[in-house]
Amino acid sequence: MTLLSVEGLGITFGGLKAVNDVSFKVEPGEIVSVIGPNGAGKTTLFNMISGIYQPGAGRVVLKGEDVTGMRPDLLARRGMSRTFQNLQIFQAMTVLENAISGFHLREKGPVLADLLNLPASRRRSREAREGALALLARVGLDRAADREAGNLSYGSLKRLEIARALAMNPAVLLLDEPAAGCNAVETEEIDHLIAEVAASGTAILLVEHDMKMVMRISNHIVVLDHGEKIAEGAPAEVSRNPAVIAAYLGTEEGADADG
Amino acid sequence: MSEFLQFLFSGVTVGAVYALVALGFTIIYNASDVVNFAQGEFVMLGGMITWFAHAAGLPLPLAALIAIVATAALGVAINKLAIEPARGAPVVSLIIITIGASVFLQGAAQLVFDKQIHSFPAFSGDRPLRIGGATIQPQSLWVIGGALVVFAGLWLFFTRTLLGRAVLATSNNRLAAQLVGINTNFVMTLSFALSAGIGALAGVLATPITLTAYNVGIGFALKGFAGAMLGGMGNPKGALAGGFLIGLIEALTAGYLSSTYKEAAAFVVILLVLFFMPQGLFGRKSTERV
Repeated sequence: MTLLSVEGLGITFGGLKAVNDVSFKVEPGEIVSVIGPNGAGKTTLFNMISGIYQPGAGRVVLKGEDVTGMRPDLLARRGMSRTFQNLQIFQAMTVLENAISGFHLREKGPVLADLLNLPASRRRSREAREGALALLARVGLDRAADREAGNLSYGSLKRLEIARALAMNPAVLLLDEPAAGCNAVETEEIDHLIAEVAASGTAILLVEHDMKMVMRISNHIVVLDHGEKIAEGAPAEVSRNPAVIAAYLGTEEGADADG
Repeated sequence: MSEFLQFLFSGVTVGAVYALVALGFTIIYNASDVVNFAQGEFVMLGGMITWFAHAAGLPLPLAALIAIVATAALGVAINKLAIEPARGAPVVSLIIITIGASVFLQGAAQLVFDKQIHSFPAFSGDRPLRIGGATIQPQSLWVIGGALVVFAGLWLFFTRTLLGRAVLATSNNRLAAQLVGINTNFVMTLSFALSAGIGALAGVLATPITLTAYNVGIGFALKGFAGAMLGGMGNPKGALAGGFLIGLIEALTAGYLSSTYKEAAAFVVILLVLFFMPQGLFGRKSTERV
């Protein structure tokens, strides 16, 4: 069964079709990238899939269930998790607490057991803590565990957000420009991390500007321009596609169109 | 000395009520950034509903329980009917909505109950206890004890339980909380129920001393707000300390200056805090990352 299926998704902002009739599929363990020039509608598409925006048209189907426009917390329960280009971190908490928050759904137990500090409750918090520390080690933040998240660099926060998303053990993970603001070494680390996560069976849906990274790690690429899907396929096919080249470099009559 | 002690006792008693109101402000503020000016009406409802049910023949503990549960339900209704539909509106608009809710509750109480001043018997009799030359009502100990028990309960809830931490996470970043699977709508419902219930409890405990009527809410709201501001908006420890301090300042002003200035004391404190110490006693300086 297809894990995530986006069917004819569209949204209009004040008469402007920001995204129009976009469809594609994501299979388990696959890395699918959405690329396109600035303003092509990539983040808007992500926001519709992850329940931040209500789509004006089309459906989002996750594991056979229609989840169109469903709230992010309900999507999280169904195995969809995401990160943001502009970060959504608990700034006032420590790095470790942020990572632990990703275990929220797995840590759940009766409130009374928590209040009485029963062994079962202590075990659940210990497991969440250990799991969180392991994830922080995986993204290279274990030494910053006790620092306040608000004091970390942008690149570190990007990795923290990925760690928190992974804590939910999602079936599909949406990453919005995970390498933005990261240096070459950090980009390569994220690159490895994404490949590793995909290899473990989690599907990755990626928006990324670093073309080298996209071409290297994607199984499948969806190209958007002016809110429409103009091409789709394996990296090698897409990079040879004349429509894609035109969208990125501009054609003669459209050379001064928005970039 | 005994005079000072007497002012201290009355200050701590009324301060405990303000502390409970301030805790109510804190919970809703933390969950939603909204300063809920209907908070004082919850205190009024706690007292009025208890009086009404008790006058109708119910035993006092049962009447008090009904008042607390009914007020908590009203708090949830205010959230569902007035706050939630306006989600996404600027915080100032939401605050004005709570002022509207406050006016509505006051009017409704006037219609459903009446315009008289009411009271019901103190829980442990009226015989004052003598301590160091001053006297204190047994009911004062109920009020002070109530504030401390509620504070301890909230502290356990927020530090130990996953649900309590979910509330804190929601206050820190609502979208991030949703992303990790926290149902932020439920967090809001819970916060309003808790705040309203705590407000009602304050009304139940204080009414034998302060008396109640349909229009007592606004005074409690303003004093509680002053307490929450003084302690640092959003900080439970600050709310507790701030509430008690406002009560003390009020009692000492009434005792040593003039009871005419008693009401002004809280407002002078609000102004001083806003001018010189906007983050309050326990508040942290806000650091927003852009």
